[in-house]
Amino acid sequence: MPVFSPDEVVETFEMISLSHLNVRAVTLGINLLDCISPDFDDMASKVKEKVTKVAGRLVSEAEAVENRYGVPIVNKRLAVTPVALLVESALSGVSDKEAKRLCVKLAEALDESAMKVSVDYIGGYSALVHKGWTKGDLAIIESIPDALSSTERVCSCVNIADTKTGINTDAALKMGHAIKDLARKTAGRNGVGCAKLVTFANSPEDNPFMPAAYHGLGEPESALHVAISGPGVVRAVVEKNKDLDFRALAELVKRTAFKITRVGELIGRETAQRLGVSFGIVDLSLAPTPEKGDSIANIIEAMGIESCGAPGSTAALALLTDAVKKGGSMATSFVGGLSGAFIPLSEDAGMVDAAEAGSLSLEKLEAMTSVCSSGLDMIPIPGDTSAETVASIIMDEMAIGVVNNKPVGVRIIPVPGKKAGDRVEFGGLLGSSIVMPVKNFSSKVFARRGGQIPSPASSLRG
Amino acid sequence: MPKKEEHVVITVMGQDRVGIVAGVSKILAECGANILDLTSTKMRDTFVMIILVDTSRSKVDLKVLQGLLRKKGKELGVHVSAQHEDIFRFMHRV
Repeated sequence: MPVFSPDEVVETFEMISLSHLNVRAVTLGINLLDCISPDFDDMASKVKEKVTKVAGRLVSEAEAVENRYGVPIVNKRLAVTPVALLVESALSGVSDKEAKRLCVKLAEALDESAMKVSVDYIGGYSALVHKGWTKGDLAIIESIPDALSSTERVCSCVNIADTKTGINTDAALKMGHAIKDLARKTAGRNGVGCAKLVTFANSPEDNPFMPAAYHGLGEPESALHVAISGPGVVRAVVEKNKDLDFRALAELVKRTAFKITRVGELIGRETAQRLGVSFGIVDLSLAPTPEKGDSIANIIEAMGIESCGAPGSTAALALLTDAVKKGGSMATSFVGGLSGAFIPLSEDAGMVDAAEAGSLSLEKLEAMTSVCSSGLDMIPIPGDTSAETVASIIMDEMAIGVVNNKPVGVRIIPVPGKKAGDRVEFGGLLGSSIVMPVKNFSSKVFARRGGQIPSPASSLRG
Repeated sequence: MPKKEEHVVITVMGQDRVGIVAGVSKILAECGANILDLTSTKMRDTFVMIILVDTSRSKVDLKVLQGLLRKKGKELGVHVSAQHEDIFRFMHRV
């Protein structure tokens, strides 16, 4: 008697081979607090030593697990303690200019370590400033344009808002300037440096996705987190079942999300065990790729909407996100990260088609982020958008995260020299897109007002 | 103490033809992978064969076995994959 039915085996085959089921990333979180030293060079060399030691076997073990189960792991990544915490003591008494220079040196050390262990990205060039900043935080934020334009694999997440603290609008404006500057410094590649930078509200400490990943203070010495994928699988299921009502459809998506997440759970458990580190979390987010059909927009369209962004899209996305969470949470021992559905623009070919067709706008994307998890992601905007407008777009999104008590980020790219409707190419998984128009009215006074937007009344619990 | 069994599921899919079972099982025998169960059926006009093997006494590691099976699959014009059984257990069993 067979252990598995042909239906089950063929379903697995179809999910992996035809619908792009894979594990988006295994991300190894590494504590670097023990590298802190008042001597900067000493600290940087300890960081290099520790990262290369702890992560030395990550890629080879992950590849062995890929082989064993026949499931591709697209990215292998590292996430480290937010580096703003590491640099504080080494920057004491140092001038602002010198502090910036030293921070860039640390970014280069991280980049070298990542290259040495052959991972795709290293996250954690980060500062947590949702209630204000320290000298180290400020040095990191102000060095971001130089640090990310002079390195390949370093990613940065700056948390500027939190449901419990509100929104640090001074930090939003600083990020507006940092984003503009970074776009300028990588102008030759369509401002692609901004793809490695995200501004966050309620950033999770165990996020396996880049550029938002860092190894939070509540985490153990090291932990392995898993990011699943699978929009293509859900799309195929929704497309095949056009006659189901929403209740039945939600049930079906739940079942599918269960299976997708189980793959992540298995890969995570085994990779962590082989590395001898704790297994952290599975992030349930459905993460699209530019691959045809591996698209959240296409799932929304398969539910009966002509083009993503048309009326009904937010409700469709809400159903999807909820069903994914319900099915996924049953499938893993520990849920973490962002856990929803991602709606990046350039990384999702279906979203780009919708933007080109005119059904999807920046404003509709913002509305849709209120029912999923990623925020405004990978959206190219005109290069002449002011830093204040960028900061105000960030503040809008932070407000959605803070009021709804959920993690959201902003990863936008003011592409130098490009205007609304122009086509831009970012390459690889980052995809390509048209430049989205931004409403041409000034928010300058608002963005420069400064101070903290207080936390919402709904945060007063206890 | 006997070595713990390592169960691998071999999936063969494609157009039915003479020699598929022989071709695949010959490789398994040569590699020392013991067949525990074999089933075949037709799904939507496609021939599907599922073989459960124990590779704990195999002379080659899984990667090599996968390579040999893929090569044979190409010769026979069918898709052949070999995956540890846990992937199916995890996905399809609560």
